[in-house]
Amino acid sequence: MDIDVKKVAMLSRIRLTDDEAAELGPQLANIIGYVEQLSKVDTDGIEPTAHPHDAAMPLRANIVTNGNRRDDLQASSPKIESGLYVVPKVIE
Amino acid sequence: MPFSSLSDIQNRLNNGETTAVEIAQLYLDRIAAFNSTLNAFVHLDANHVLAQAAASDAYRKEHGARALEGLPIAVKDIFCTQDGPTRCCSNILEGFEAPYDAHVITKLKEAGAVLVGKTNMDEFAMGSSNETSAFGPCRNPWDTERIPGGSSGGSAASVAAALTPAALGTDTGGSIRQPAALTGITGLKPTYGRVSRRGIIAFASSLDQAGPMAGNVKDCAMITAAISGHDAGDATSVSDAPAIDWLAACEAQDMKGLKIGKPKEYFVDGMDAEVRQSVEAALQKCEELGAEIIDISLPNTEHAVAAYYVIAPSEASANLSRYDSVRFGHRCDNPEDLLDMYTRSRDEGFGSEVKRRILTGAFTLSSGYYDAYYLKAQKVRTLIQQDFIQAFEQVDVIATPTSPIPAFKLGEKTDDPLTMYLSDIFTIAVNLAGLPGLSQPCGFASNLPVGLQWIGPAWHEDTVLAAAAAYEGATDWSNQHPAEFNMNGGES
Repeated sequence: MDIDVKKVAMLSRIRLTDDEAAELGPQLANIIGYVEQLSKVDTDGIEPTAHPHDAAMPLRANIVTNGNRRDDLQASSPKIESGLYVVPKVIE
Repeated sequence: MPFSSLSDIQNRLNNGETTAVEIAQLYLDRIAAFNSTLNAFVHLDANHVLAQAAASDAYRKEHGARALEGLPIAVKDIFCTQDGPTRCCSNILEGFEAPYDAHVITKLKEAGAVLVGKTNMDEFAMGSSNETSAFGPCRNPWDTERIPGGSSGGSAASVAAALTPAALGTDTGGSIRQPAALTGITGLKPTYGRVSRRGIIAFASSLDQAGPMAGNVKDCAMITAAISGHDAGDATSVSDAPAIDWLAACEAQDMKGLKIGKPKEYFVDGMDAEVRQSVEAALQKCEELGAEIIDISLPNTEHAVAAYYVIAPSEASANLSRYDSVRFGHRCDNPEDLLDMYTRSRDEGFGSEVKRRILTGAFTLSSGYYDAYYLKAQKVRTLIQQDFIQAFEQVDVIATPTSPIPAFKLGEKTDDPLTMYLSDIFTIAVNLAGLPGLSQPCGFASNLPVGLQWIGPAWHEDTVLAAAAAYEGATDWSNQHPAEFNMNGGES
């Protein structure tokens, strides 16, 4: 299995240095090579399992339960101004 | 008496022989004496611990004792706690202070427990040795050159060395049971959906489950009774889970009439010979206690690790996309643009194992590969679950080794990620099937603890606890403690 590590890293929004890519490439190929064994298992007619107990997704009433906590929730952000998250310029 | 059980401490508190403040001080002294050796705790605020203990003593005086009144419990750094930092032992959560408590933390507080700080773990719970922690490795109290297991290594080591009488861990592929086995303590992973995941930093959402790590079976039951139950704030918390009597299950004295399945796939070439001998001897003991041992087969076991290492990284890659350096966490210096900010912040913030898993998951979920990997793994997951359902038509409970090997040395398996992954072969299937699993000590291999794993049908933690309690009562393994830590903190 040939994996384009830089492409997968970009999909994951992780910059990889050339050294990291050189190390991770063979490791990923090794892991994917190992999980290839799944292709040999006969799963015809078998349904996939997402939740172990097949529980229905519950719904709750659409009511506010914890009030306006903007300041608390933003307290850990790297950069906030006037209650807004600040990021590098997106549109020229 | 550092190696006291929760129920011993509870009795002494109830009799008025001691106070929550005295108990808290005893463990704080031990942490001060031994944590530099073990690196089991990564955040601790002694004044806050003593304040909680004083508040508990006051509550007891005024209202009487709640279920865990005054009992010290440490929690893995994966649980959001409002008091102090929550880092998941990652650099990407540098500076993060959770704006709310995890549901289980709220439940512990409501039960009167005294929370004694955050324990070390593999970064984002990804690891089997606690070596991927941003705070450095935690060490095994039985041999400090060895790993305590992972990912809940700090919780395991802190209980094994009596720096706390009990702790919470989480278990995605064995992260409670494997470190419990490797440090000679008892750990329970409840049925998936039994305990709320809200406020527990997500790794693989369809597998993660929180549970107790403690010195004996009853202590695990006491804690699980307090933290379990439906939470409307967690969509995967099951609302109609059958209620069980947690403490009554621990009264079991024998195993008369109990049918124990012994799956041939869990007794294989390549496992440590002394581990195998210890578990075989444990099963013989169970027979003496009245159980019937029945040979069974779980034929899809051989595919469990492969299915897990598709499903868990896939879910992790989705869950960890939230670390974008916008709302919380580490941001790189002077980003050129938005893309540079995302990619450089995440490169700097995540350790190499976390990157490996995110990339693996991004690959298995990517266009053209989803059906071949993720969907296929979910179908194999169904087969693994069906194996257990069929087995439980024949037997009440299944017994296996928890880990094929005892604790290995630091650095021994870090070069080859796949070898590390294979150390979880006996614990992973339980998570894929969503079943309850417990590990308890059952002997030694090369003077290192060996774990016996009990697996029950969904929602039958009581069967697991009863079998484990009967075995514990008939043997002395849970009373063995690492000699180096078998003294009071002040004497060290």
